[in-house]
Amino acid sequence: MSEEPDTVASVIRDTALVRASGLVKRFGDFEAVRGIDVEVHRGEAFGFLGPNGAGKSSTMRMIACVSPRTSGDLRVLGGDPDVDGPRIRARIGVVPQQDNLDNELTVRQNLHVYGRYFGLPRAHVRARAEELLDFAQLTERADDEVEPLSGGMKRRLTIARSLVNDPELLLLDEPTTGLDPQARHLLWDRLFRLKQNGVTLIVTTHYMDEAEQLCDRLVVMDDGRVVAEGSPAELIRAHASREVVELRFAPGHQERAVPVARELAERVEALPDRLLLYTGDGEAALAAAHRRGLQPVATLVRRGTLEDVFLHLTGRSLVD
Amino acid sequence: MTTTTSGVGATAPPSGQVPGPVRGPLLVVEGLWTWYRRHWRSTLVSSVLQPLLYLVAMGVGLGSFVDGGGRAARAVPELATVSYLQYIAPALLVAAALQNATGEATYPVLSGFKWQRNYWAVAATPVTPHQLAHGALLWIAIRVAVSGAAYLLVAALFGAVAGVGALAALAVAVLTAMAFAAPLAAFSASIRSEGQPFNVVLRFVVLPMTLFAGTFFPVEQLPALVRPLAWIAPLWHGTELARGAVVGEVSAAAATGHVGYLVSLLVGGVLLTRWRFRVRLTA
Repeated sequence: MSEEPDTVASVIRDTALVRASGLVKRFGDFEAVRGIDVEVHRGEAFGFLGPNGAGKSSTMRMIACVSPRTSGDLRVLGGDPDVDGPRIRARIGVVPQQDNLDNELTVRQNLHVYGRYFGLPRAHVRARAEELLDFAQLTERADDEVEPLSGGMKRRLTIARSLVNDPELLLLDEPTTGLDPQARHLLWDRLFRLKQNGVTLIVTTHYMDEAEQLCDRLVVMDDGRVVAEGSPAELIRAHASREVVELRFAPGHQERAVPVARELAERVEALPDRLLLYTGDGEAALAAAHRRGLQPVATLVRRGTLEDVFLHLTGRSLVD
Repeated sequence: MTTTTSGVGATAPPSGQVPGPVRGPLLVVEGLWTWYRRHWRSTLVSSVLQPLLYLVAMGVGLGSFVDGGGRAARAVPELATVSYLQYIAPALLVAAALQNATGEATYPVLSGFKWQRNYWAVAATPVTPHQLAHGALLWIAIRVAVSGAAYLLVAALFGAVAGVGALAALAVAVLTAMAFAAPLAAFSASIRSEGQPFNVVLRFVVLPMTLFAGTFFPVEQLPALVRPLAWIAPLWHGTELARGAVVGEVSAAAATGHVGYLVSLLVGGVLLTRWRFRVRLTA
């Protein structure tokens, strides 16, 4: 904080692990990624937040050097994926959206085999596997086959596997999709540890809570484009409000409440099942609503979230 | 906007390394070997026992009708000097190798892309799709060679095969199996369905090939109209070579033709498989 802003900025530029400009991915006539500019810096936890089909996974696959870009420029760890793909892949870790573990091998064998693909010596891989089993809390299941493991365990193993080459950059595509809440929290805890150890993370998610928990900085993606960028707090400040009042009405009554609500808040979003009132002081707005004669059947005062940011930017919800 | 990050490896020493064009495929084989070490028992029946059952049923059982002169010996020169068991033993080696390779080049390859998806895991490592394709095919060749050797060993105990010709037949069996399996792997890497086309391959290509392409009787016994179908079958070329090496004779010119045909299929198949792996894994 004591340094000159210019100095900080130049240091940050020097540590960009990923730099994309005008990045485009087209599949036939379909343009999945429509010219995005992104920089990810060393030590940062960076997120792509957006609904399914926003172009997040396509972007991740380009960064992972497994999907060539259609146009634009991309540098990962300083190299061009089109030219240096294998050398870059040797230094990154990838957690794919869909687990692709070897189900008929044991947990430990999965780590051994995968580590060997990185050209690592057998003794090194064996030692590394034990550390990773411990990290993923899978030591007790090390000699079990993968198939019967729970979804959360498989996910942790996939993350452990992605760390076998001690990567400088870890890419996680929808890391907790499909997991129950307990498994998600356990996974987030592991990812926090990585973050604290200085591992640079890039996460895609359509869960706003995941983005808020994990990401220092994120871009909101919609329809192949970046529609906003910043820290979660900055984005909420810029595109939502500190607090949000949710009002649910009996069927048919919401319509009539809208004009009144608009006078009580900075902004109002009308969802099919409820009104959202954006305001600095939720309790005050709610009290005013009651005074003005609104009779919602249920109310909720909460803080603004990235879900509100997305709703404001695109007019749609993240999760349908 | 200048940066000191000039190229890969400039920031920190890489812990992962890039395996070369030889090591990459070998690492893929190593991964498959790890699987095999755990599951080899379940593969024994189809890969070794089944061809031996055929050898006993046809060679000993059916052979008792065929042997002893008569029409068969007049029509097939080899049968004047060797038993029917010895006549079909090298051919069954090739046929079994081709069937085993077919099994390995169909569902396991599709599974790598579709169900188990472990090919996608490899694609995220420094091992390239080409190296993965090479490794997957090399593994099939090794599997076929090992199963073939086990079959030969037992067949030799029966007295069904003997001599160094048997080793040549083993090499022929692997070549023939891969000449069929390599293009088939390319096909497997291309299909998106649940593998229904494999049934068509098995019923209308592999089975007729095994029955009619010279394994149990010479192609010359077929009606003239369908003989060309046998000639394009890789199995026929392999059978001619293997049988020639063990119990009969095959002219140098014919052998060159057979080997040339099989090698062409193999090389074409490897190139196709590489291409299909790369296309699918780098979409």
